[in-house]
Amino acid sequence: MYTDLVMMILGISLILYMILGGADFGAGIIEIFTGNKGKSTISRAMAPVWEANHMWLIIAVVILFNGFPKAYIILSTNLHIPVLIFLIAVVFRGAAFTFRHYDAYDDQSAVWYSYIFRYSSLVAVFFLGIIISAFFGGTIPQANIASFTDLYIDPWFNLFSIATGIFLVTLSAYIAAVFLLGEVKTDEGYQLLSKFSKRLFVLSVISGLAIFLSSYWIDLIFHKIFFKNIVCMIAGVIATLLVPLVFILIRKRNIWQLRFTVALQIVLIMSGWFIIQWPNLVLFSNGSVLSIADAASPTITMKILFFSLATGVVIIFPSLYYLFKLFKSDDNLT
Amino acid sequence: MEDLLAARLQMAISLGWHIIFACIGMAMPFFMAFAEWKWMKTKDPVFLDLAKSWSKGVAIFFAVGAVSGTLLSFELGLLWPTFMEHAGPIFGMPFSLEGTAFFVEAIALGVFLYGWDKISPIAHWVSGLIVGISGVMSGIFVVAANAWMNSPAGFDLVEGEFINIDPIAALFNDAWLTQALHMTFAAFASTGFAVAGVHALMLLRGKKIKFHQEALKIALIFGSIAAFAMPITGDLAAKDVAKRQPAKLAAMEAHYHTSTNVPLIIGGIPDDINQKVDYALEIPGGLSFLAFGDFDAEVVGLDQIPADERPPTAVVHFAFQIMVGLGTLMMLIGMLYFFMRWRKIDYLNNKWWLRLVAITTPIGFIALEAGWTVTEVGRQPWIIYGVMKTKDALTPMPGIQYSLLVIITVYLLLTLTVAWLMGRQIKFIHQKYNA
Repeated sequence: MYTDLVMMILGISLILYMILGGADFGAGIIEIFTGNKGKSTISRAMAPVWEANHMWLIIAVVILFNGFPKAYIILSTNLHIPVLIFLIAVVFRGAAFTFRHYDAYDDQSAVWYSYIFRYSSLVAVFFLGIIISAFFGGTIPQANIASFTDLYIDPWFNLFSIATGIFLVTLSAYIAAVFLLGEVKTDEGYQLLSKFSKRLFVLSVISGLAIFLSSYWIDLIFHKIFFKNIVCMIAGVIATLLVPLVFILIRKRNIWQLRFTVALQIVLIMSGWFIIQWPNLVLFSNGSVLSIADAASPTITMKILFFSLATGVVIIFPSLYYLFKLFKSDDNLT
Repeated sequence: MEDLLAARLQMAISLGWHIIFACIGMAMPFFMAFAEWKWMKTKDPVFLDLAKSWSKGVAIFFAVGAVSGTLLSFELGLLWPTFMEHAGPIFGMPFSLEGTAFFVEAIALGVFLYGWDKISPIAHWVSGLIVGISGVMSGIFVVAANAWMNSPAGFDLVEGEFINIDPIAALFNDAWLTQALHMTFAAFASTGFAVAGVHALMLLRGKKIKFHQEALKIALIFGSIAAFAMPITGDLAAKDVAKRQPAKLAAMEAHYHTSTNVPLIIGGIPDDINQKVDYALEIPGGLSFLAFGDFDAEVVGLDQIPADERPPTAVVHFAFQIMVGLGTLMMLIGMLYFFMRWRKIDYLNNKWWLRLVAITTPIGFIALEAGWTVTEVGRQPWIIYGVMKTKDALTPMPGIQYSLLVIITVYLLLTLTVAWLMGRQIKFIHQKYNA
């Protein structure tokens, strides 16, 4: 039972990381296109909350190595290279954003910070997608007899992973565009961002389809499982069908309903992913699996992990609510 | 380069780098909260300026510390997967608690930095305190996890299997309290001296006198009090090491031959081949007394430790000497500081005093790194003391030297940028306040 509860918290952490962290990464990607025009809005919106947004990743990784160490070491050995690239991009974007925000002078150096912030956001989220893809794509080998390429390159360097990476880039930029609609102060900015939101949604659908095509193309199991699983298909369809509602809300400028709807889309997409995997944590290339039950630490560890996390949740959620209420309340929108 | 050496170097660089930011993140929020409290009490705007300036430093150090900490939480697995596979379920508990503490710290810092005009002064001050308290808590949790590697507890090892796991016993291992105490005070001592040093330098340059004077006073109070606590907590930690990790103690003191009434060695050059120390100063019975409270106690030497289980003597010995030497110096400076305050000597305008404080800017952090080296290198060749060797925990992926190269480049770039930014921050204070 505790294993399931811990798994649930891991799922929630990942969803929150995708929404909140995704919005942060996406903001960096959006800035590539808006240039310095979007800078002040993005800085103002992100500065008080971005560090808290990325704590979900820490929570997720702690759950993984404490509760599911076998999955954690697959992540850190077979996916060593993309994980390292992802982390370095995370370090660079966080540092560059902070430096840009706190540098006492606004001069030529800000150009450099912005450049690093934008492109390392793109790299980070692209590689996050690549890392995730290996878990549900069935690309990880289950042997030590294989060559370096088989073990450490092929699991993540393939069409399917690249498609997932691109999907995550477009998706997080979409989340960011919608989120920033509520932060932008000018009408011109609103128009620009709503145009972005719509285009990015279309791009997300296209890159989402590319994931299926690539899975079919290189003969992975992902599309086979997906089309066999009715719940998963429904989740995917609803996430897509919510789009007219999103477009209407953008036009009506109902910021909170809009954010909620987009968050719902992400919840559906992420749940789709979890349902495909359930009850497994890792799908291997030879068809065997690492199930959640097999990967789990002994019961006593799971029990204590659950209670530690539950204590954390009781403290974190009210504090987060306070933080967001303080800086994201409606009265400073207009 | 050999993968094992590359991985150890990468871990050492990552931790050694992170530890500085983590310590500043633990101590400096208290400085800024103290300054804000002085402002609320005296209404003197210089304290408000100080709290705001320090909070910007905290923001930069916290952000960089947070991202480098994220990197570390993955690096444990990237470099030592076998260790994490077995240790994860046992010593993971402090990390899950640390996650919460760290989260709270991030939230409270957001409130402190951006909430100046949004909440009441008291609530704002409390948010600053929460930043500090949760920072110290996360530090203690992480040190408790490290203490477990020195003092493994909460499991039975039966035929290579880790069974009867008890995460709570693992958290409260024998070393956690002494290590956590020593580390926490070290954070305050090193940060206090570093901050004081920077402000002393500014005073020497004749900049913004009152601002830097008050800053110097606050930083020195924190730094000096912590410096007095260092030998006490260090003594507790050393007695604990003597009991549990005789190999580490023997290496710290370059003590080759098991004997009674062992002298305390100060300085000297250890000679592993001839099993002796050259040019050292000896205090008769000193080591026996410090380790066991008895001048005639027997102290295990390196000769009792199998050759393949001995830590590198020279590195551990020198690191220990550096730590103790600089720690003593900091304590002497602290004594001088309180003496001058007591005798009402005008130290704030004494050039020699300011020079002394300015020169000692880095010594706290050097002592900190040296102490960390003693703990970590002194545990070698074990990653879990007496249970798993570092070489057996290494990742199967070859080519770690390339990842080491990448990490060195990243940290070098960040170090240079942060140093440059701090310089600009200080320059800006003088322009803004124009004094």
